[in-house]
Amino acid sequence: MGYTLDFSVVIDALPSLLWGCLATIGLALSGMSLALVIGVAGVVARGSNQRWLRGLVIGFVELIRNTPFLVQIFFLFFALPHIGLTLNPTVTAILALGLNGGAYAIEIIRGGVQSIDKGQIEAGLALGLHKGQVFRMIVLKPALRAIYPSLTGQFIMLTLTSSICSAIAAYELTSVAQRIESDTFRSFEVYFTITGLYLAISWLMMTGFSVFSRRYFNYPTR
Amino acid sequence: MGTTFGLGELGFLIQGLKWTVLLAAIAFVGGGIGGLGVALARVSTSKCLRRITGGYIALFQGTPLLMQLFVIYYGLGLLGLMLPAWVAVAIAFTLHASAFLGEIWRGAIEALPKGQFEAARALGLHYLPRMRDVILPQALRIALPATIGFLVQLIKGTSLAAIVGFIELARAGQIVSNQTYAPLLVFTVVGALYFALCWPLSLYGSRIEGRIARATAR
Repeated sequence: MGYTLDFSVVIDALPSLLWGCLATIGLALSGMSLALVIGVAGVVARGSNQRWLRGLVIGFVELIRNTPFLVQIFFLFFALPHIGLTLNPTVTAILALGLNGGAYAIEIIRGGVQSIDKGQIEAGLALGLHKGQVFRMIVLKPALRAIYPSLTGQFIMLTLTSSICSAIAAYELTSVAQRIESDTFRSFEVYFTITGLYLAISWLMMTGFSVFSRRYFNYPTR
Repeated sequence: MGTTFGLGELGFLIQGLKWTVLLAAIAFVGGGIGGLGVALARVSTSKCLRRITGGYIALFQGTPLLMQLFVIYYGLGLLGLMLPAWVAVAIAFTLHASAFLGEIWRGAIEALPKGQFEAARALGLHYLPRMRDVILPQALRIALPATIGFLVQLIKGTSLAAIVGFIELARAGQIVSNQTYAPLLVFTVVGALYFALCWPLSLYGSRIEGRIARATAR
């Protein structure tokens, strides 16, 4: 067989691959931020006494968690223009990642909020804090600490999921790689290299998350 | 060419759904066998085995499924193996599932009380009967909700085979959408088909989870 591996094309393309890495990290961080907002808002809405609002959140979570991300992003990108909403690929990608991550975040954060002792909330109210403060300081922060490992794990999954955004040609690492591949036909070398880059990105994020947790959640529990 | 979305198109989507189910089933069975091996290697006494399988899991959990598909798909070609696309894709999903199921089941085995291992050994059971009759039945029961959760992930993951050109449900949806110019309708139907497949599994998984939680709380 006459195929020899040739990584020189990949080395030549290294600068654009590194830009692709930054784009992926940027896309992932934007998606995560949106997911966190949707997650917190969803948990608040899930606990409201309006039945339709609770139903809406439950329906959203089930819908997102039981359909593939690829179909979700196709729906946003190809179907929404037909009802008059056209978004560029990168905005669509952030929206899709945010909605997808948000649905998982709602379930994770809800689990954390439920783990907060009711007495804590009553104590907070008795001390004269108003509802917003109680939610932010007594419910949200300790709950975030409790769910931090699963939430960040989900966020790293979201980063890996962002590779699927190449299917709508959003600018990120996989789509950069696909362009290099179609120029050079070195499919294996290109994808092998960016698999390594993704591994580096997820390790970097894991380290970042654990550094952040040591600083932000560094207070005594009892 | 613009056709409208009719029974023929729906039939094509159902055909795609069949491939989705088949691919997920092959990957789940293959991954179940591989995952069992990985889980046993992860809890074995050999440091070398633990390291290798640990690395394998970290590799598959730290990279996108899409890249795993690409690398294995093109890599098998480079090895000179002229496999049909669906076999290459099935191998990739099987390796992926082995890593994730292996990690889930490792956690379940380690969650068992130490006494179970010691009692089995004290009864004179050798490795094989100890694992087969004492440890694994209990561990797999604890791991059932997470296993079902992963099966749902796997079914959704098979949609990525569409990107390497394999015609399953998501790819069938793309094709029909391009033919009918009705992406709103087509992707709604595709999403509904995936939902119909995954939701009952998710519900079943959370029901078992609740049952196990109540049983351990007692």
